[in-house]
Parts: sequence; C-alpha cells; structure tokens
Amino acid sequence: MWQTAFLLLIVVGVIILALSGYLGTVAKTAFAPFISIESWLSDRYNAIYEFLAVPRDVATLRARNVELEQQVSSLQTQVISLQQQLQEAQVLYALLDFARARPQNQYVAAAVIGRDPSPFLHYVFIDHGSDDGIRHGMPVVTEQGLVGKVDAVTAGVARVQLITDPGSIINVRLQSVKAEGMLSGSLTGDVSLDMVSQEVDLKQGELVLTSGLGGDFPSDVLIGQVISVRKRETDLFQSASIQPVVDFNALRAVLIIVNFRPVNISPLVPTSIP
Amino acid sequence: MATIVAFPIMIFLLIIQTVVISRLPLLEGTADLILLALVAWALQERVPNPWVWTLIGGGLVSFISALPFPTPVLGYLMATGIARVLQKRVWQMPILAMFVATVVGTVLYQTLSILVLRFLGTSLIWGECISLVILPSILLNSLLSLPVYAVVVDFAGMLYPDRVEV
Repeated sequence: MWQTAFLLLIVVGVIILALSGYLGTVAKTAFAPFISIESWLSDRYNAIYEFLAVPRDVATLRARNVELEQQVSSLQTQVISLQQQLQEAQVLYALLDFARARPQNQYVAAAVIGRDPSPFLHYVFIDHGSDDGIRHGMPVVTEQGLVGKVDAVTAGVARVQLITDPGSIINVRLQSVKAEGMLSGSLTGDVSLDMVSQEVDLKQGELVLTSGLGGDFPSDVLIGQVISVRKRETDLFQSASIQPVVDFNALRAVLIIVNFRPVNISPLVPTSIP
Repeated sequence: MATIVAFPIMIFLLIIQTVVISRLPLLEGTADLILLALVAWALQERVPNPWVWTLIGGGLVSFISALPFPTPVLGYLMATGIARVLQKRVWQMPILAMFVATVVGTVLYQTLSILVLRFLGTSLIWGECISLVILPSILLNSLLSLPVYAVVVDFAGMLYPDRVEV
C-alpha cells in the first residue's frame, strides 16, 4: 500500500516537473539517441521507398506529359482554326454590312482562291462562276471599295481583273472638285490618275470614285484618295498618284454586283473607213 | 503512260503556282514552277518526247491565265527547245544545263510576254519589267531549279526505268 502510494507520488512529481519545464535538458539528453536512430531509420526507409516507387512515377509523369502536350498542340490547332474562322467571319460580316447598306444592288460573295501565274498581270481567281450568275464584265467590290471587274468566267471559277492591272483603265470622278479623269494601273500595282484638267484644283486627300462613264462600272463606287499631285504647266493635263482603299495584298473575299450589266459601247466608237 | 500522267502533274503544279508561288513575289517577280518542271523534264535523256508535256503545260496555263492564248505555249516551247539543245551539248553537266536553261528560258518567256502585252496596248515600261520582274524571277527560278530538277530526275526514273538486258 505504502509502496504504491510512494510510486504514484514519484510519478506525479516527475510529471509536474516535466510540465513545468525542469526536466527539458534531462529529457533531451535521454531521448537524443532514440531520435537519432529513428531519423536514420526514416532516411533509409525513404531512400528505399523512392528507389522502388519513383521510377514508376517518372514513367507515369512522362506519359501524362506526352498526353498533355498532345492536348496543348490540339488546342493550339483549334485556336488557330478558330482565329482563321473569326477573321473570315469578320470579313463576311463587313461584306454583309456593305451589301445591306446598298439594297439597290444584288451581290454574290466569293472567296479569292488564286492569282494569275503571269507576274506582269494583276488578276485573281474567285471560287464562283457562271453557275452562280456571274457574267463577264460584272463589277467586283469589297466593303472598302472597287476591286475590279470579271474578265473571264467558267462554270465554277471566274477571273477578275484588278484595278491595279497595267491594262486596267477606269473613268473616275473626283468627289469635291467635280472633275473627271482616267484611272490606270501599273506593273508595280500603283494606281495613277490622269487626264485631269489643269484648271482643277486637285489636292491631297481628294476622294476618287467611279464616274459610270463608258458603262463598265456603276457610278459612285469608292476607289481611293489622292496622295500626291503632279502638275506641270507644260503638260496638257495634270496627274496624281492614288492610294486605293482596298488592300490588294490581303484580298480574301469579294462581292460581285450581279444586277449590273456593263454596256458595250464599242459599236458606237468611230472607226476609220477604208 | 507519260502523256496521261502529264495532265494531273501539270494541274497539280498549276494549282501550287496560282495558290502559293504567285503570292510570294520578290519585288514583282515570281517563280514559275511549270517552266522549271518542263525544263527539267526536257533535260532528261531518257525522256523521248518532252514536247507533249510542254504543250499540255502551256495549254493549261493559257487556259487560266489572262495572257493571250499562244503566249505561254510559245514561251514554254522556247524554254523546252533551249533545254533540249543543252541536254545534247552539255549532257555531262546536267545541273549546269538546268541553270542555263532556267535563266535563258525565263528571259525568253518573259520577254515574249512583254512584247505581246505591249503589242496589245498594255503600258509596260522595259526598265521596270527588267528590274522588277525579269531579274527577280530569274533569281527565284534559279533557287528553285535544283530541288525541282532532283524531283524530276526521280520521277523520270520511275516513268522510264533503265532497261536491263538479260
């Protein structure tokens, strides 16, 4: 009985001493070898576990990485495809807005699918032809302005002569000065305005529109604006360089005005009598 | 057989030309894949009659191009003729013959194009045509001539295999 009470007293005393912090140094010294052994054993265990388990994880991770890389490339392809679709949709929306703004004209939209193989000519091929109601001579425009006219047609494809072609000549008028002139293309794709009377006060920024003369194009279709004027007193006419509103290098879709039929005035042109 | 194969090959080359090559100009000049293929074909000794391919290629280009009808045919015939003459004269150096035929063929074809277009009233200035179209086209055609020649040599070997006497 007394022995038990004595042991309890010692245990309670030790607990009280431990809780009050008086046994910290003693406990640290006593437990240090056990902690060292446990750490050593733990390190060995971890090393063996990693040796056995990690290679499997690397293989799993590599497989997962390949899978994710495939997903990333697939998503990147989708992003590029969607961006292209978005660009096409933006072009088509712009063309649709243009067509809605001019209800008097009937349009057929077509995509540009190629260029003439000859570097001396500025022609493009579009993916619509006579099956879609396209005929020779019909004007071709975009939402920005005049592109050119249909030069040749097959059932499914048409060839369009651009206004930048060296053989292209268009009768135009200047918007604010009420004067007329003749627009011609060139080998370099530059467009120039000629045959403008010397009396006209031609200025930079002046807008150039189709005049409708000659019956090749409807009137008042925007072509571009004057960027520089060449006026010499010795010349009969003044000329100017024109900046087209259409970017012909980025031409992707066009509208063909299918209810406009060009007028053939060649029988009315006087010819020399033999 | 070779004549039948010429149609799909020339159509394929023409599609590549109009869709890709013509949209990659150097100044205003572009390479001419049809011309290169026809010149390389004409330089193959084992090809008995390259003129048929030339007529097919020229006819197809004439059909789709805005150049007046006989111009591409005549231009390609001249290039093929040059290549055929060189093939007989410098047969030991086919690469050199390919380069020379490419340059001469390009100059002849494009000069003919300019003459025809000017005759029809198109305003083309000789200086611009030479510096902006002909010289860049010669450079591009020369760059492409070697790979085209290599492909055509393999193709000619497939169509006209060497005869083995037993």
